[in-house]
Amino acid sequence: MSIKEKYVLRFTRLNRALHIFMIVSFIILSLTGMSLKFSYTGWARFLSKFFGGFESAGYWHRFAAIIMIIVFTTHLFDIVRLRKKEFKTWKSLLIGKNSMLFNKKDWLDFKNSMKWFVGRGDRPSYGRWTYWEKFDYFAVFWGMFVIGSTGMTLWFPEFFTNFFPGWMINVATIIHSDEALLATGFIFTVHFFNTHLRPEKFPMDIVIFSGRIPLDEFKLDRPDEYKEMVEKGELEKYLVEDYPPIVIKGIRFFGWTALTIGFSIVIWIIYAMIFAYR
Amino acid sequence: MKKYFIIIILLSLTWLNILPQSNEDCLICHDDPGFKGKVLGKTISLNVTPKIFSGSVHGALECIDCHSDYNAEDIPHTKKYSRVNCGECHSDVQKLYAECLHGKAKANGDPLAPLCQDCHGNHNILPVKDHNSAVAPMKIPFLCGKCHREGTPVQLQRNIPQDRILENYSESIHGEGLLVKGLTVSATCVSCHSAHRILPHTDSRSTISRENIAKTCSVCHAEIETVHRKIIRGELWEKQSHVLPACVDCHQPHEIRKVYYDYGMANKDCLECHDNPNLVSSKDGRSLFVNYDKISNSEHSETACSQCHSEVNVSKHRPCESIKSKVDCSACHEEVGLEYAKSIHGNLVANQDPNGPTCKECHGTHGVLGRLNPDSPTFATNIPLLCAKCHREGEKAAMRYTGSEKDIIEHYTESIHGKGLLKSGLTVTATCTACHTAHRELPHSNPESSINPANISSTCGSCHHGIEEQFVKSVHSPLITDTEKELPVCNDCHSAHTIRRADSDGFKLEIMSQCGRCHEQIAETYFDTYHGKVSQLGYTKTAKCYDCHGSHDILSVNDPKSHLSRENVVETCKTCHPAANRQFAGYLTHATHHDPDKYPILFWVFWGMTGLLIGTFFIAGLHTILWFPRSLEWRRKLKKIHDEEKNSVDNKFDVDNNEPKNEEV
Repeated sequence: MSIKEKYVLRFTRLNRALHIFMIVSFIILSLTGMSLKFSYTGWARFLSKFFGGFESAGYWHRFAAIIMIIVFTTHLFDIVRLRKKEFKTWKSLLIGKNSMLFNKKDWLDFKNSMKWFVGRGDRPSYGRWTYWEKFDYFAVFWGMFVIGSTGMTLWFPEFFTNFFPGWMINVATIIHSDEALLATGFIFTVHFFNTHLRPEKFPMDIVIFSGRIPLDEFKLDRPDEYKEMVEKGELEKYLVEDYPPIVIKGIRFFGWTALTIGFSIVIWIIYAMIFAYR
Repeated sequence: MKKYFIIIILLSLTWLNILPQSNEDCLICHDDPGFKGKVLGKTISLNVTPKIFSGSVHGALECIDCHSDYNAEDIPHTKKYSRVNCGECHSDVQKLYAECLHGKAKANGDPLAPLCQDCHGNHNILPVKDHNSAVAPMKIPFLCGKCHREGTPVQLQRNIPQDRILENYSESIHGEGLLVKGLTVSATCVSCHSAHRILPHTDSRSTISRENIAKTCSVCHAEIETVHRKIIRGELWEKQSHVLPACVDCHQPHEIRKVYYDYGMANKDCLECHDNPNLVSSKDGRSLFVNYDKISNSEHSETACSQCHSEVNVSKHRPCESIKSKVDCSACHEEVGLEYAKSIHGNLVANQDPNGPTCKECHGTHGVLGRLNPDSPTFATNIPLLCAKCHREGEKAAMRYTGSEKDIIEHYTESIHGKGLLKSGLTVTATCTACHTAHRELPHSNPESSINPANISSTCGSCHHGIEEQFVKSVHSPLITDTEKELPVCNDCHSAHTIRRADSDGFKLEIMSQCGRCHEQIAETYFDTYHGKVSQLGYTKTAKCYDCHGSHDILSVNDPKSHLSRENVVETCKTCHPAANRQFAGYLTHATHHDPDKYPILFWVFWGMTGLLIGTFFIAGLHTILWFPRSLEWRRKLKKIHDEEKNSVDNKFDVDNNEPKNEEV
């Protein structure tokens, strides 16, 4: 390409770092967790051995859980910091145009998307965050609460049974395990499709790692956000150079690895559910 | 009335001391056949028939010669009188009697001890030569047999080493001679045991001791030395009785007809030929050389050749020519022989199966050693190799065997027992014979087998006694649980030949499936919970069945002594979870979310979560599927836009370059 493409910066350095840590911890958690959930299959025993036996796999699981909790709390602190630095008030952070909370536009976008899907309209002009991105975002909150709390119960059963009856551990096991199945399944299928596999982004969208999206693509993908940027005259502020090819190569390698592991886990789960379920 | 009158007169006469005590005086009363009196609390007849008495050897004696302290003053005799003491006259016999078993028994107050009159009678004693005498040869066997026959108090209550004495004797050559042929010179009991000095054969003074028996027998068999010329080299017979057999080695006491071999043979005679290393059988060419050193170092060093090779015939030029059958060890080792005959080995041999092992296959022949000798093939550490000769994979016994045990020897060698025996050199470790017995091996299906399920716990318990004690009190013991189903025994969990240390990882993991063979449902639900899932991944530290239920001491959870009773369960949890509390013990270790009746909460939580999962995937999936074709469309659109832009750039470039070309054209 003779003319250098222009890129728009979409994610901050911190957000990208957090997402990478999130991926690493999430994959470790799923691999070690699923090996226990489907312990009766051959691949589970293989994975367990890969992590140095069950005991070691357990330590990996708890280690990754701590990483994920750190990622989560860092993000919460970042929100507090953002309010102070950029939004001044909680109100502007929470109900502003670029808030992560669902708002009226999301509902309209969703309705219009459905119309577009069935051929009764054009592609909605999505803004900074689409409704499915917001759904993914809050799924993490929900998952952190449900899986995290039950996980802690299972980690310290002697302590928690001071307050709850013993059968609550059984309940916690079921919730932890099934919610984890939901999270794993959702991330490695729906989230993967929404961001990477849908034809327009196929095979992957590296924006979450590079933080950069080509301006041409950005114009078409997020017309609403682009329009706003131009109207406010802030576009120049977000324009950046692309990373050198070696960095992009590294990012793609990481992305492929994460995708491969994710798909493998999905295939293993499906195999276990269909052929070896108990 | 008349009698009392006479007594009064007699009494008055005695008072006057006019009449001496005569037999007639005694017979005044004792002549009456109905005369009875109390002696030592028993009413017995006190009648003495004058005719019988006068015909007896003591007929010339006065009553008071024997009943010496009786007198006419004390009538009726109410004082305490001593027994008749035969020894006053027969002091020599009395002395012998005092030394003998009977006399000693009497001295010890044994109520069964025979007294003089028990054999000889009292007033009716006849000369020994008289055929009517109680101690005439013809009557002796029955006289002794009064006490020494089966079922008598003596035979039952006293330690008599021989049994069926009278019966055996009467069938023996001596008995037949006496009782059938009427030969009064034939040996009776007293001929060998002596009449009055009967001593146990272990007593060197006894007529039947090993040292004296030859002398005793040769009282009658005076020319026996000539007959037994091969064995009896003059006085050697008596001097070195351990080298040469004593009579009873061949001619069993009381059963003299059951002769081990017809004529005696000395080892030296056998070795005249068999000492030659080149001696071979004319039939099959096998070596017939006998290394006598082997025999003299063996367990049988004091046994003569001909005692085992019993069919030798001394009248032949080659005495061994007459041997027809193989050595029968059970002739001496009778009990072992009976056991062996019952065993599968013995049965094979009895059915003439060439694979059946006989005694010599395990014990060897001339060099047979005791099982405590480390050089013996039957020494503990050599047993696995001995049995392996046939039972190793590919060998004859392993090929016949159709059961489930494979590679028995290899597995045993790697088992805890094999390692203990062969690596640690512990000779008390279980070897093949410890479980299968040495001589009574039987298939496990045989109820008499030591490895039959009904017997296996006591077989293992012979070493693991403490475990057996626990086990018989557990729910798995048939003493506790009465069930039609098969209860587990030691080898169901520990295996037979691959027994491992119970603290080894492999054992810990396998035990779960062992329990699950019977406890199917409970094992399945165990694998639904944390402990089971983790164990399935090969982790040995999480609780397995036995960590909670116990191993050999498993009791019903309703039993207060059970590890899982309300009193004990928290302590049981604490072995792994030191901070466990009562609520913690409420964890459902066998819970399943598939059972709505037993675990409704778990069931509904599971289905609630599953509903959430299915709902989420349904909506998200639908969204994705609907999105896909539009997204594909969008991709083409983007490509078009992209290409257009690219073209517009390229076209500019092309226009610049193509113009000269166009000019050329």
